[in-house]
Amino acid sequence: MRESGAIDTIVQDIIASLKDLPGALLPILHGIQDKLGYIPAETVPAIAKALNLSRAEVHGVISFYHYFRETPPGKTTVHLCRAESCQAKGAKALEAHVKNKLGIDYHETTADGAFSLEPVYCLGLCSVSPSMQIGEELYGHSSAELFDSIINAEEASA
Amino acid sequence: MTHTVYIPGDAAAVALGADRVAAAVKQEAEKRGIKIKLVRNGSRGLHWLEPLLEVGTPNGRIAYGPVQVKDVASLFDANFVTGGKHALSLGLIEELPYLKKQQRLTFQRIGITDPVSLDDYIAHDGYRGLKNALGMTGADIVKHVTDSGLRGRGGAAFPTGIKWNTVLNTPSEQKYIICNADEGDSGTFSDRMVMEGDPFVLIEGMTIAGIAVGATQGYIYLRVEYPHAHKALNAALQKAYAAGYLGGNILGSGKKFDLEVRLGAGAYICGEETSLMESLEGKRGLVRFKPPLPAISGLFGKPTIVNNVISLASVPIILDKGGEFYRDYGMGRSRGTLPLQLAGNIKYPGLVEIAFGMTLRELLYDYGGGSASGRPIKAVQVGGPLGAYMPESQFDTPLDYEAFAAIWAVLGHGGVVAFDDTVDMADMARYSMEFCKIESCGKCTPCRIGSTRGVEVITDIIEGRDLAKNVPLLRDLCNTLLNGSLCALGGMTPYPVLSALNHFPEDFGIAGQADAA
Ligand SMILES: Cc1cc2nc3c(=O)[nH]c(=O)nc-3n(C[C@H](O)[C@H](O)[C@H](O)COP(=O)(O)O)c2cc1C
Ligand code: SF4
Ligand code: FES
Repeated sequence: MRESGAIDTIVQDIIASLKDLPGALLPILHGIQDKLGYIPAETVPAIAKALNLSRAEVHGVISFYHYFRETPPGKTTVHLCRAESCQAKGAKALEAHVKNKLGIDYHETTADGAFSLEPVYCLGLCSVSPSMQIGEELYGHSSAELFDSIINAEEASA
Repeated sequence: MTHTVYIPGDAAAVALGADRVAAAVKQEAEKRGIKIKLVRNGSRGLHWLEPLLEVGTPNGRIAYGPVQVKDVASLFDANFVTGGKHALSLGLIEELPYLKKQQRLTFQRIGITDPVSLDDYIAHDGYRGLKNALGMTGADIVKHVTDSGLRGRGGAAFPTGIKWNTVLNTPSEQKYIICNADEGDSGTFSDRMVMEGDPFVLIEGMTIAGIAVGATQGYIYLRVEYPHAHKALNAALQKAYAAGYLGGNILGSGKKFDLEVRLGAGAYICGEETSLMESLEGKRGLVRFKPPLPAISGLFGKPTIVNNVISLASVPIILDKGGEFYRDYGMGRSRGTLPLQLAGNIKYPGLVEIAFGMTLRELLYDYGGGSASGRPIKAVQVGGPLGAYMPESQFDTPLDYEAFAAIWAVLGHGGVVAFDDTVDMADMARYSMEFCKIESCGKCTPCRIGSTRGVEVITDIIEGRDLAKNVPLLRDLCNTLLNGSLCALGGMTPYPVLSALNHFPEDFGIAGQADAA
């Protein structure tokens, strides 16, 4: 966890560098989430002030978009594709395996803070379905075995 | 001598290990003292062969695939850098039937060039369209686009020339070009392949659009799920600026065009053009009522062209070779070529760019090789999550906008997802409703509440509760969605749902009904 003073500085820097863009709110939110992993509630007033919006408006935007999160993610986020092409190649069985292995459902984080699980509706890797993203890495032709081998390696290096 | 080795940097190839293969090839070459130039090209689109490694020889490029790290040493043993024989040899890449039979116009360079090399782009006929356009009036440029017969490739198939003409003729001190790079449809990846494999062609297309209608600012609205495309676009933008292809004085013409990439945030509805503009303006992506049309009052209230990636990436070749050249491909009112995307349960998935008019069956079997599982293909969803499910009896439909519309199906963005006979179509129908529920922007009641109700009703049907009441209720609900929704998310969710119900009633526990919607 970062100190709130440190968060303030980071957020002020991001706001200052982006606020003059036309339609600056999304770039600012991306900037904050890139740096902090989420958009802490205490950053909303500063964003609202800089863009001359109400806090409710800023909050409304954050909550509208699936990608923005208001709580810290686990150390590694697992994105599983739930869309049709991946379903045609066994995404549902993979999804059941992953939920069982991590012991969490979508939008949850493991108790030890190691993994968050999020659904994704197509990664554009449909020709190598089923696909998933673990951290920054993309995987095609995914399977329970592939998932386990990646996760086990990740845990071993943690 | 230095040997040129190509290993795709395309996300699909990377997802199958291309980065690791590239690292291994580099390391092995160093170890053996062999000089290589490694190019991270785009993907040729033969995705069952990825990672597909190629090497340049005097006779052409020789391919090997699919290559894993464990194959690298033996490839060097076989002297692959000069095209030596190996168990993974595929011969001359251009001679593979899957590729050879295609008609690649928009994808002419993809998989061939170094995507972020401006020199390579120019050496392969890049920026010829822009150079022609700079010598024309806006009206002449628009006329070429109109004459080409190009219709928007993003889904609605609206004639691109007409849209451009409206923006051209709407006076304003500021106009915008937006590239819709939100590609949220399942089974589609052609936009991604263009942005990763040939970003300059999109940049050139947008620049031509700007010059044609007098727009000086462009935005590429890119979905956040495409980090590789983001990197490639930004690298290409930087080079285009540095060489004077973008900015205040394009190639010394005195014309100005600036271009920037903006990221979405995981909302499917932001692919709809009006909610996309709301999102670009920094708001929630709620759909706007039309009229006014974006062409008249769009981004920040100014005249705006919103076009799909493929639509814009098709413009350079039209301006290079002329509208008629492009129009000579295709059938009926569907002119030019369509990059089709084969996915799902298919043996040879990938990208096939070909003139409109081939049948779905030819695509599925001659290119796709049938299902990957070896079982019969039971249903095919064409046109993304809002597209109809087509049964075997409709596989002879030609790939043409009107032929699809005539059987209550949609060609959309050209994504084709195959399912074998283990699929449960009632389950797929429920998923379609659930998708509408998750992605609804919430502005209108039929979509916001109807989709939630729809999931419940289909669940009741799947669990066999009161079919005599629930099946008509589902049809009724679909009718409300069809007629009462503001945009195609609510308005087209009935396509997958009702097509599943009509063509596969047995999966819903009911006997066939004659009244196909
Ligand atoms: C729910 C919904 C999602 C859409 N998603 C996309 C998309 O991801 N990409 C796209 O180009 N068009 C999408 N469209 C179509 C756009 O609204 C618009 O018609 C298109 O961008 C216009 O460009 P074009 O004429 O070049 O096709 C979507 C439409 C709807 C209703
Ligand atoms: S149909 Fe759905 S997504 Fe479209 S405007 Fe209405 S609520 Fe929004
Ligand atoms: S459907 Fe899963 S990657 Fe496209």
